[in-house]
Amino acid sequence: MEKLRGLKCRECGRGYPSAPSHVCEFCFGPLEVDYDYGALKGRVTRDSIAAGPPSIWRYKDLLPIDGDVAVGHHVGFTPLIRAENLAHELGVKELYIKNDSVCHPTWSFKDRVVSVAVTKAREFGFDTVACASTGNLANSVAAHAAEGRLRSYIFIPADLEPGKVVGTLVYQPTLVAVEGTYDEVNRLCSEVADKYRWAFVNINIRPYYAEGSKTYGYEILEQLGWRTPAHIVVPCAGGSLITKIWKAIKECEVLGLVDRAATKMHAAQAAGCGPIVTMIKTDSDVLRPVRPSTIAKSLAIGNPADGYYAYRAVKESGGSGEHTTDAEIIEGMLLLARTEGIFTETAGGVTVAATKKLLDAGVIPRHESVVICITGNGLKTPDVLYERLETHVTIRPALSAFDRALAELKSKTS
Amino acid sequence: MGRMRVRLTFPPERIQEPIIYLLGKDFDIVTNIRRADVKADYGWVALELEGKEENLERGIAWLKEKGVKVDPIERDVIV
Ligand SMILES: Cc1ncc(COP(=O)(O)O)c(C=O)c1O
Ligand SMILES: [Zn+2]
Repeated sequence: MEKLRGLKCRECGRGYPSAPSHVCEFCFGPLEVDYDYGALKGRVTRDSIAAGPPSIWRYKDLLPIDGDVAVGHHVGFTPLIRAENLAHELGVKELYIKNDSVCHPTWSFKDRVVSVAVTKAREFGFDTVACASTGNLANSVAAHAAEGRLRSYIFIPADLEPGKVVGTLVYQPTLVAVEGTYDEVNRLCSEVADKYRWAFVNINIRPYYAEGSKTYGYEILEQLGWRTPAHIVVPCAGGSLITKIWKAIKECEVLGLVDRAATKMHAAQAAGCGPIVTMIKTDSDVLRPVRPSTIAKSLAIGNPADGYYAYRAVKESGGSGEHTTDAEIIEGMLLLARTEGIFTETAGGVTVAATKKLLDAGVIPRHESVVICITGNGLKTPDVLYERLETHVTIRPALSAFDRALAELKSKTS
Repeated sequence: MGRMRVRLTFPPERIQEPIIYLLGKDFDIVTNIRRADVKADYGWVALELEGKEENLERGIAWLKEKGVKVDPIERDVIV
């Protein structure tokens, strides 16, 4: 079955053959994978999906892969939990957490995009993959490259703390620390991607890579019994994830997997780096780049490639957006941990905090169903909590000391 | 000769200046605009630059001095 037509410019609509390229030669617009939905309709059904493996690959027909899965066989199909405790705390009737803090193998939703990108890179015949990243993306590219026996180059700014790269270095990629400002490192990566015949996952493979995020959306719908929730709150950096979840929902409507794409998409960003939410709040289709200043490092993209498309997804769906301060982000992380036993990273704190604000403001009505997207694991960057958390009591190794301490603690909390 | 695809973002105070014209004239760079959105107080332009490597570097440094943001066409790629 020919499900893939190739690539298509998102701006001028020009078609291109399937290739490792990402920019329209005519208008410099971004390219996107073009499917033949006519060929997919009737072939992709609820039953055909249910018969697939418990991973993102159950949706392989809707991903831009022609051959066999090369890496990341166990990525995705993470828990969608009914979050009763958090719902009670937030005063909302029907609340779910889509929990990618436990996504295999590197504990963030990036495994979805990277396993698709690396599989596609192998299909294209590349022997080397690369990315520029300070965190989740680097972890995932290094891990999947190792699994696929590909060489990998990971670019990072030279001033990144050593602790941040252990989770990448362990897979033994070639780590290139680049001296210079963020802008200089950024430009260098774009030039490297242009010059070397490598699969730079979020540059020349980006059209394929980005499609992996659709699986986050398919899973939400399938795990809800092929229902669309009234609201989904998504953390945004480059703006790709929210755009692709919305695309997934619309595809499910086209393919008859759900009745109607009736979900409002809400964007969550840090106040210290929220250009997409600013567009939404000011109702402007022009993205104004910002200089990031937030503890939510995994969302610190000041000039997001898909900012405009994220804005459009939100508007088209009738959703909204919310900014969160650093203090609110920490409270969001603590709230999720305390109520549901889930330790998420700052991006999750942003999403929980933004959801709370949207509920309090009445933007999300309390009686409607809400899905919160938790996309990364807190154990990677526990340092943000050091100042906020402390040991309750330190004692001598004597039962009497403990008795006294316990009595004191109880008197404090009662 | 070097070739580059960049995205320029203009601050309000530079919107009315012939920046792209000067880039061509003073630095001997051939500019080729592919897509743009320029509003009254803000704007961006996606364009191709062609010229000698050192002229491109000097031209980009001059743009930055003017407060024009110069990014690769992909924008921020470090996540
Ligand atoms: C944990 C986490 N959540 C959300 C995002 C946002 O995704 P996107 O860049 O597609 O908007 C990122 C990274 O970019 C991330 O690392
Ligand atoms: Zn185009």
